[in-house]
Amino acid sequence: MSMALPATAHDEAIKTQTTYDEPAVVDLHGLSVTFGRRPILKNLRGDLRGKAIGLLGPNGAGKTTLIHTLLGFHEPSAGTAQIFGHDIVHDANAIKSLIGYMPERDSFIAKMSAVHFVRLMGELSGLPSEAALERAHEALFYVGLGEARYRKLETYSLGMKQLAKLAQAIVHGPRLIFLDEPTNGLDPPARLRMIKLIRDIRDSGQANIVLSSHLLLDVEECCDEILILRDGQIAVYCNLEEERKSNRKFLMLETRGDQKRFVEALARLGCEYAITNPTRMKVVLQDGVEVRDLYRLAAQEQVQLRRLSYKRDSLEDIFLKAMENGHGGL
Amino acid sequence: MAVYEQSYKPYTGRLTPEWSRFLIIPRHAYRAVFNSKLFIAFFAICFLPLLVEAILIYLRHNFGALAAMSINVRELIPVDGFFFETFVNIQMGFAFLMALLIGPPLVSRDLRNNALPLYLCRPFSRTEYVMGKMSVLLILLSLITWIPQLVLFLFQSYLEGLAWFKANVSIAFAIVIASLVWILLLALLSQTISALVKWRVVASGALVGLFLIPSVFGAFINEVFSTRIGNLVSLGALIRNVTAGLFGTFDRLTEIRRVRDFDGTILREIVLYEPPLWSSWAMLFLLCAVCLALLSWKVKAYEVVR
Repeated sequence: MSMALPATAHDEAIKTQTTYDEPAVVDLHGLSVTFGRRPILKNLRGDLRGKAIGLLGPNGAGKTTLIHTLLGFHEPSAGTAQIFGHDIVHDANAIKSLIGYMPERDSFIAKMSAVHFVRLMGELSGLPSEAALERAHEALFYVGLGEARYRKLETYSLGMKQLAKLAQAIVHGPRLIFLDEPTNGLDPPARLRMIKLIRDIRDSGQANIVLSSHLLLDVEECCDEILILRDGQIAVYCNLEEERKSNRKFLMLETRGDQKRFVEALARLGCEYAITNPTRMKVVLQDGVEVRDLYRLAAQEQVQLRRLSYKRDSLEDIFLKAMENGHGGL
Repeated sequence: MAVYEQSYKPYTGRLTPEWSRFLIIPRHAYRAVFNSKLFIAFFAICFLPLLVEAILIYLRHNFGALAAMSINVRELIPVDGFFFETFVNIQMGFAFLMALLIGPPLVSRDLRNNALPLYLCRPFSRTEYVMGKMSVLLILLSLITWIPQLVLFLFQSYLEGLAWFKANVSIAFAIVIASLVWILLLALLSQTISALVKWRVVASGALVGLFLIPSVFGAFINEVFSTRIGNLVSLGALIRNVTAGLFGTFDRLTEIRRVRDFDGTILREIVLYEPPLWSSWAMLFLLCAVCLALLSWKVKAYEVVR
């Protein structure tokens, strides 16, 4: 007799993303964007279905351009994309009523109190005036600006401005929220607060999130799927949890002595290895090879094993691997 | 989502019709504009000429009042096309000053604070944004130009009778069209300058310069070449001619200049003609088209660096 374990919010999230009856959150059909003659996004393909999708990549990889194109700010030069089944070119207005956007840069309407600003944004999203005012108050309380909501935005600190930007992005209760570098410039407590809010929205199950960030930790803490862009192409798209599970365990070794001879001996045993620096290396043991074989090999080659620990790939490893390998594809 | 619940909830209530959303911008803009006591005072002053106009119309039909003030009805200005044209021109001056006060920061403030992505990521197009910003000026300027003028025209018609109304209905059209052309031009120009210049003071200066510099240049061309072609680059002259055309007072022959010898003998006469009316209309259309093209170029969520 088997006993079912209670499902966690995260299990629910993974279950949701594997239900393929509903249209994908973002469906990319050979999406390309060119500025002048410069290609920025090149033939992006795939359907993103996560509750919270992390958009990663080095500077200039095309993360912000992808978000802007999905928001309808740039026209695709080839291909298209769909958000919840709506085409970004032909159903732009239908899409815009489903999404919220928190831009990377400071974006405000000057000489307005926070509540006036968020209310205006709510009204522009189609909410009647009274409902927009009510939800503006609620959104500002929700993000933690309740006490400061009548202050002019110009007087806000950087952290408060970020929260006000989040409030305007959620005031109309969108189904998909694009967050472009939401923790930029925040001090640690403000960053933690922002991360908590993003996770709270994700766990509510009422909205999907696309989080663009160059901070791997933010993505790791908030997202269940990641899309890594490199030079305008998809380098990796994966479910973070599944990727972690499928990754083989590896050994992190710290050595002293002739590392070259040691790794040659490891290769003869059939082990995969990667040298991270002159004294450290990662080793994946082949079936049938035990840790005691490594000790024996080290003794043979007169190499000291100073440290030995088991590890799994972190997001940083996945990211770095994507940067080295190029196309992970979908 | 209630405050005490503190959790993310979608909005499930009714939505406003999409066509009406551009009016949200003027509604919020007026809150800021009418917060200024200085502006309210100026707004009140704008109605003084209209009050004078109303009094003149009233006196012309109230012989008792005229007798009490010992004024002969013939001493009063006749209420005709020229009468209304004069007051329309005065109100146009006030409209210019109001555009100078309100227009420059409308778009520039949004550009300076990167607010355009916030507008345009919503179901709100660039056209609606421009319409919204323009209607801030169009509605306010209408309140001090053609709307009260039209009310005064109806007031005059009421006092004078149906026959006068029928005979002068073209004046009503002239009031509305001349005022609309002017306020539309002002709204477009101030929006365009506001979109090109991020700083309010500079934008205000540029708007004044746009009226002043081509006028001076036009006057210079007129004097040097003994012509009136220079009026085609002067915004003031263009709108004056168009207004006169609408009120039926436009006359191409403006001046006969006599070139004299040292002893005063007339050597020749130069007849100066205003450019034809269609050319003034064409120049105004061209200017509006340029403004729209510039607005279309500048009003974008993000500038693309190619």
